[in-house]
Amino acid sequence: MARRAPRLGTGKSVGRAPGAHVRKWATEAAHFRVWSLCWPLLDWPDTLPGRRPRPNPLDRRQAKPRTDPSPLQFDRALQLLAQSGVAVPEGEPGSPAWQQGLIDALVDLSSRDALTGLANRRAFEMALAREVDRVARSGEPALLLALDIDHFKRVNDTHGHGAGDQVIRAVAHALLDCVRPMDLVARLGGEEFAIILPNCASTFGETVAERVRRRVERMPVALSTQGGQVAVTISIGGAFAPQWVRSTPTLWQERADQQLYLAKGQGRNLVRLEPTAVSVVSTEEKRLLFDSFQIQDHE
Amino acid sequence: MTLTESTPRSHPHIFAVTSGKGGVGKTFVSANLAAALARGGRRVLVLDADLGLANLDVVLNLFPKITLHDVFTGKSTLADAILPAPGGFHVLLAGSGMVEYSRMTPEVRDQLQAVIDEVAPKFDHILLDTGAGISDVVLYTVSLAGEVLVVATPEPTSLTDAYATIKVLATTQGRRKIHLLVNQVRKLGEGRAVRQQLQQVVDRYVNPQLDSPVRLELLGDVPSDNAVRDSVLRRQLLMEALPGAPAALALVQVATRMTAT
Repeated sequence: MARRAPRLGTGKSVGRAPGAHVRKWATEAAHFRVWSLCWPLLDWPDTLPGRRPRPNPLDRRQAKPRTDPSPLQFDRALQLLAQSGVAVPEGEPGSPAWQQGLIDALVDLSSRDALTGLANRRAFEMALAREVDRVARSGEPALLLALDIDHFKRVNDTHGHGAGDQVIRAVAHALLDCVRPMDLVARLGGEEFAIILPNCASTFGETVAERVRRRVERMPVALSTQGGQVAVTISIGGAFAPQWVRSTPTLWQERADQQLYLAKGQGRNLVRLEPTAVSVVSTEEKRLLFDSFQIQDHE
Repeated sequence: MTLTESTPRSHPHIFAVTSGKGGVGKTFVSANLAAALARGGRRVLVLDADLGLANLDVVLNLFPKITLHDVFTGKSTLADAILPAPGGFHVLLAGSGMVEYSRMTPEVRDQLQAVIDEVAPKFDHILLDTGAGISDVVLYTVSLAGEVLVVATPEPTSLTDAYATIKVLATTQGRRKIHLLVNQVRKLGEGRAVRQQLQQVVDRYVNPQLDSPVRLELLGDVPSDNAVRDSVLRRQLLMEALPGAPAALALVQVATRMTAT
């Protein structure tokens, strides 16, 4: 019988690798050591991402909220917002987010017309300057319409200023109703309005302006105070921004205004757009160009 | 009110030579007028602004290695691209086949503006030889110039196109003074008759829409002359080849009138 190698350990370990129990114990010990190292992390959830730090109830400094008096006075701004029916910004008063919300609300308020909620003159001038820059850069056609309610003084005189305000508000709504969302409708003051239409092809200018005019013409304004209705019309003057050429907002506005005066002069409730560059020479023009010239030639 | 104040017109000595109709002698007039001005001791530059179909090099018999295209792409400096031409003036050639520039993009616009701003102080007269038609490239090029020179011939087609050009320039660019040069005139006083004719139609159909009337100024007329054809076929400047020809003398007269204004 061949001599077998003597086995280590007891008879229980027959069939197992030698030293397996030692290795098992060592593995468990290693796991324990790793977990015990991680334990503080698990036990300390405040430092983990996504969790809000818990105030320590025992810490007196944190228990009391900071009552550092802000050097800024917000009461008048808040009063103004409340007065004009604008929602007060959300969030904890005095926090940076709240302050930003307050500034945004004030900016919004100061660029709107109080009566109609349209863009006011200030916002309009900013938008116009931006549009002039854009047109000079991109060469896209842009149309500026100047609008004015016809015989508005008559409305004021016969129905009172309250009715006048209602008419202005109704016209403002009508204007907003018939332009694209990208267009800016502004009230410049009194019964004067303006619309900036970016990227409006020159062939569509007349159509758009005519649609606006007709929309107002067909809309009788119901007067809440006296009952009854009043019909108003508007005159529209328009001019396209000179493409590629850097113009000025004032110049553009003057050109639209001039067309508006022409529309007023020609009987009101009219659309007049500044003639765009028509390179088409009409038959009459040609006739005048050649006729006498050829006669001269035959002499 | 007009756009005259708004557009950069700081370079009154820049003349845009345009016509509406092609083939009325824009390039011929530009080159020979430049030669006539240069003869008067002026520093003159002719810029071939017909970016799509440039042919000033053909007229001048030049084979440029460096063109405006290289300036635009940054391969060459502007100073290298300005070449001396036979008539004693300088040229900035576009190089035929700059097809990508035949459409006006903001980049082309800015580059052209930059080129003109750079060369403007260095010359007494700059002539922008524009392309035919009234495309946006032509209109933009014209808007860079302080003065416009419309070249027309007494033919009905040319008159119509010249009139259309004048109309567009008056309404879109607020031009109120437009110079007129009548080319290929067959009779004495025909230039004046053409100017009067155009002015009459402008007064009737264009001026009522404007705040101030457009005035056409006849810079001169150039007689129809066989010497012109000969010089063009020989690819020589008329002012160089046949300076005594009637057309050449008429162009000298135009040049003196230009320097006087």
